[in-house]
Amino acid sequence: MGRAAKREPAMTVSRRGLLGAGLAGAATGAGVWALQRDPVSPAIADAAAAVPFYGAHQAGITTAAQDRLHFVAFDVVTRERSKLVELLKDWTAAAARLTAGHDAGPIGAVRGFPEAPPDDTGEAIELPPSALTLTVGFGPTLFRDADGRDRFGIADRRPPALADLPHFPGDAIEDAISGGDLCVQACANDPQVAVHAVRNLARIGFGTVSVRYSQLGFGRTSSTSQAQATPRNLMGFKDGTSNLKAEDTAALREHLWARADDGPSWMDGGTYLVIRKIRMLVETWDRTPLAEQEAIIGRDKGRGAPLGKADEFDLPDFALRGPSGDPVIGEAAHVRLAHPDTNDGARLLRRGYNFVDGSDGLGRLAAGLFFIAYQRDPRRQFVPVQRNLARSDVLNEYIRHVSSGLFAVPPGVQDAAGFWGETLFSRGQ
Amino acid sequence: MRTAPLLALGALITLAGCGDDPGSTAAGGPVAVSASDTACDVSRTEVAAGTITFTVTNKGSKVTEFYVYASGDRVMGEVENIAPGLSRELRVELPAGTYQTACKPGMTGKGLRGAFTVTGSAQPLTADAALAAAADSYQRYVRSQTTALLEKTQEFVDAVKAGDVPKAKALFPVARTYWERIEPVAEIFGDLDPKIDGREEVIEEGMEFTGFHRLEKDLWVTGDISKSGPMADRLMADIREIVAKANAEKLSPLSLANGAKELLDEVATGKITGEEDRYSHTDLWDFAANVEGSKAAIAALRPVLEQRAPELVSTLDAAFTTVDTTLGKHRAGDGWRLHNELSQAELKELSDAINALAEPVSQVAAVVSR
Repeated sequence: MGRAAKREPAMTVSRRGLLGAGLAGAATGAGVWALQRDPVSPAIADAAAAVPFYGAHQAGITTAAQDRLHFVAFDVVTRERSKLVELLKDWTAAAARLTAGHDAGPIGAVRGFPEAPPDDTGEAIELPPSALTLTVGFGPTLFRDADGRDRFGIADRRPPALADLPHFPGDAIEDAISGGDLCVQACANDPQVAVHAVRNLARIGFGTVSVRYSQLGFGRTSSTSQAQATPRNLMGFKDGTSNLKAEDTAALREHLWARADDGPSWMDGGTYLVIRKIRMLVETWDRTPLAEQEAIIGRDKGRGAPLGKADEFDLPDFALRGPSGDPVIGEAAHVRLAHPDTNDGARLLRRGYNFVDGSDGLGRLAAGLFFIAYQRDPRRQFVPVQRNLARSDVLNEYIRHVSSGLFAVPPGVQDAAGFWGETLFSRGQ
Repeated sequence: MRTAPLLALGALITLAGCGDDPGSTAAGGPVAVSASDTACDVSRTEVAAGTITFTVTNKGSKVTEFYVYASGDRVMGEVENIAPGLSRELRVELPAGTYQTACKPGMTGKGLRGAFTVTGSAQPLTADAALAAAADSYQRYVRSQTTALLEKTQEFVDAVKAGDVPKAKALFPVARTYWERIEPVAEIFGDLDPKIDGREEVIEEGMEFTGFHRLEKDLWVTGDISKSGPMADRLMADIREIVAKANAEKLSPLSLANGAKELLDEVATGKITGEEDRYSHTDLWDFAANVEGSKAAIAALRPVLEQRAPELVSTLDAAFTTVDTTLGKHRAGDGWRLHNELSQAELKELSDAINALAEPVSQVAAVVSR
């Protein structure tokens, strides 16, 4: 039996312990693979290991960005507050098990009564925890529905920072893949582990919540740790060079974590999540000359250095002018418009993923970036930055924002007695 | 919400899973079945009556199925879709008698048959008085439905033969209602089900497209039923045959529980999508009938469930009510709105309600067989 099994009640077993030997090989394989990807990071040296579930903040935010995503948004279909709270408790228990590499339910995929459907769907048997993190968020519509109704007696607890996002110029938002009362971000280094988690949470939720939309992502487009190399998005450029990183605790305090005096105290230690599905028109981008691509982004495509600089992590010099007298980094270059210097110092912790949803019926890849950003207050961070980008960014010719979502991400669950959203739903808070 | 019943159930399942589970398997342990592309080796071909566990291992290269047939190819139990390299278990309650086992590599044909004998008179599950009463109660329900099925199908067939298109169209979903309520019973009888209810795309090569959906296509697509008389007669003959068999069938409590779940699976896969009645779009009649049939099977088991899992009963009641309320929004006169009149949001709401019901219904079999 695996080491993790010891922490759980006797009848709960780790997926790997269940079938015995043979599995060590799988784990070792994953570890070697991770070492090849990120040779320097002890935190992510073992891509197969478990990420602790309990803590002051939820995991999956500053956790070194895993390679795979399955994001899911739910509509709450019950009208009963007690059923919603019960679900959050069930989900929390399942999430604690799943992130530890255990089955979703206390019985497991193959140990139950033969006539009963298993309480775990089974596709993760033998798979290691794979750094799975499950991060929950609450959408504006959970507090008050479209008709203004206080659905669960929490309308007065809606944080001011959870203000509906404005319409940005050029938005092509599809309602069916936007919003949501609840969301769960599942990230893992094995896509099957992430999908397994979402599938089992959705199953536990039948009758209380209904899946509104979900999105798979296959390659991280940001690093959230200095130990991780900066990955590339589907435009071929390094993305997230100047991202907020786990090691920069002062910046995280300033830009990421909500504090008690920011708004309602239940969000103390929480954060706000913005998601945007950004379709990239890769076919037209691919026939754009290299120099133009670099001018649009404002960075060198090979190394990722700001134009006019040599190294990826050199700070961009927006005042620098070329021989013709024009700025080396153009006025409408993406890096300039998105940069904190242009946005009153606003910074984001980005955690997006590349996606390809097959093709679009016109022979084009249905590809792009599933943008995920965490922040202390979207009104001062995502909104002004995106307003800037939507208005002027030359990149807009090659991208479309097709979905949008905003969620209050509550603080972490401290221990097995707590549950997701406890600070929101407990009386007297 | 599945937590409360799950917790209750979980505790019992856990106990059963940890300790010995006497009585669940006939003496001598499971019967091992080694299925390859050319052979179906059954480790023992004579066992004592009771609930018998077959462990079927697919050692071949094709997906296979394993069946236990009583005389006349009556399916006593089956396990489908066993991929190469996998093992699956089949638990089936068999009274003394002679049976046939069959592996179906590639999932087609009559399969690789072998004789199988069950001796003695081990206590069947129905020895429990409440369970016996449940089986009897459902038996009566089946008879009531088959009587109506014969009558309404005859009216439908008569209308088709009289060339009365509007009347036949009106009767089509009504006759099907009685069929859909007891469909899992009908499915016990191997090849009759596709003859009566097969959809055009599931008809195997060499087999004719017959039954309800053939007549549905004639009525709604071509509108010409001048040559449909013989097809209508065949439907009536097949219905008579299956009704006689269904009425004679002795159902086990476990088959009631599984039937209740299968009916909801039918809704989730065929009716929500509009695949079932693709020409007439009368899927909501079938939807309602499937739910009613499921409810009837659960109702028959209710005394047992109230004894063994009272929390599950209240969960089931609430979930059935939600389905009834949600479906009730689409009433139109004595019938239902057409599938193609429903919006995607309305279909999703129905789908959510069915999923919320089917999860607790899927827990019933374990309670019954414990």
